Amino acid sequence: MSSKVKKIIFNSLLYFILILGAITMLVPFLWMLSSSFKSLTEVFQYPPKLFGEKLIWENYTQISSRFDYFAYFMNSIKVSVWVVVTQVFTSATAGYVFAKLNFKGRDRIFLMYLATMMVPFHVTVITNFLQMSMYGLVNTLWSLMLPASVSAFGTFMMRQFFITVPNELVESAKIDGCNPFTTFIRICLPLAKPTIATLSIFCFMNTWNDYFTPLVYLNDSRKYTLPLGLAAMKGLYSTNWPVLMAASCIAVLPVLIAFLLAQDVFVKGVMMSGMKE
Amino acid sequence: MSGKAVKINFKKKLNRDDGWAWLMLAPNVIGFLMFMLVPMAATFVLSFMQYDMLTPARFVGSDNYKTLIHDPIVWEVTWNTIVYTILTVPIGLCLSLLLAVALDNIRHFKRFFRGAYFLPSITSMVVVAIVWQWIYNPEYGIFNWVLSWFGIPAQKWLTSSATSLLSLAIVGIWKKLGYDMIIFLGGLQGISTSYYEAAQLDGASKVQIFLRITVPLLRPTIMFAFIMAMISSFQVFDQVSLMTKGGPGRSSSVLVHYLYQNAFQYFKMGYACAIAYLLFAIVLILTAINMRQEKRMREIY
Repeated sequence: MSSKVKKIIFNSLLYFILILGAITMLVPFLWMLSSSFKSLTEVFQYPPKLFGEKLIWENYTQISSRFDYFAYFMNSIKVSVWVVVTQVFTSATAGYVFAKLNFKGRDRIFLMYLATMMVPFHVTVITNFLQMSMYGLVNTLWSLMLPASVSAFGTFMMRQFFITVPNELVESAKIDGCNPFTTFIRICLPLAKPTIATLSIFCFMNTWNDYFTPLVYLNDSRKYTLPLGLAAMKGLYSTNWPVLMAASCIAVLPVLIAFLLAQDVFVKGVMMSGMKE
Repeated sequence: MSGKAVKINFKKKLNRDDGWAWLMLAPNVIGFLMFMLVPMAATFVLSFMQYDMLTPARFVGSDNYKTLIHDPIVWEVTWNTIVYTILTVPIGLCLSLLLAVALDNIRHFKRFFRGAYFLPSITSMVVVAIVWQWIYNPEYGIFNWVLSWFGIPAQKWLTSSATSLLSLAIVGIWKKLGYDMIIFLGGLQGISTSYYEAAQLDGASKVQIFLRITVPLLRPTIMFAFIMAMISSFQVFDQVSLMTKGGPGRSSSVLVHYLYQNAFQYFKMGYACAIAYLLFAIVLILTAINMRQEKRMREIY
């Protein structure tokens, strides 16, 4: 067998594997989309058909009449925006300090941040819950927003970036009369835009999709975020699958749009989380 | 005095910025103390107490840990967590490595494939659970339907204690595949093409190249992904809570699920804290293994 034929066979094998895998990945999503337009009887057809007879848009209009979907959506937006903004701010400033300022105990403190990165979330959530209930913040969105304002991982990520900024740049800014804060804001922060984008998108995705934290802190259904609201819907109306699928489709949209617009940023973020120095 | 010493001295004077440093650190450090360090310590203290949020906390010594050792449910959920890890981690990593190498070797549709595989990773577990619960439906679901093509009889999947954990593991693998694949892609990009070219000149086959070059050079990444996957699968909770609630019986209940129940359903806060530290200990051991491996790796290469 000539090497050319071999190469063609090998390449088609690769594509075959990849296509097979991609089908496995995408079929559940297609199923979700097609079911969201089916009638109740069509959903229970067996053997199943991918497409219903006609598109039933009522599944989508029914969502809002049955559930406080808009409120869930707004709660999710509120929490996500707050968490992204505060986490990026605290991570960037602290990351800069750990990378570029000299003070006593700097490396020891940073080491402590690093050490906590491996601590399971569940080790702190119980006492954080008790703390929040002490402040009377349980069952408010603050209980989701405050603890997530600081992240050891975000701080680590920003510090790894600022370390690559040349010291000469910082020193010349200092000689020009900038104090550390203005050096940070005017000189170094603009350079960090790509890292900030990566951190923001990651932070947004994690907050938007988070199920565990709202489950712990919230019990008033008006305060629910989207994942929790959706889960409650699933429990209450597990028989009306088309409406549930329609609600799921809408819940996926924001992250999906962000992903389609910035696939490379997502990919870079995952690679960064996989590469530790 | 040498020029270097003068420079260092000058630098030291230039870099006295304790005040600014602490001012800029303050928001982060306060949050870190309040929501990370203090709760960590408090959880440890509370694990030696009995507390139900209604009556004042009472010190009980190591009673919670003694109960933990003799609690058959703890052993059961720990065993389930281990089974879940064994079911998901090796298969998931092998598949994602295979896909990463395949994706690295093709020329067209790279972005499409990468996007398709990553899609489950960016989707909320709640949505995933809704869709997969429907897919697993014993009467109308497509999973049984697809299996029937191959002559496999219909199963009850999530609703049978024999298959519930396996069903959750399949969802876990499906959701995380793209994430691990991208980590491996990052590792593959770090391998210099000259190795492949040299091997090709020597007439090595594709399989040989994969086993003799790609896998050994990717070992640090594989090891890292392996430990991280273990750590995250020991903390599995979302799909359990959403799809089976640990059932039927306790057949798919895992460590974090039992922790959640104790803390927020039975309000045995102290006991839940003890379980949290059991989980912490397991994660610490895994991290320590990872660090030792890394050290060894650095000595080899």
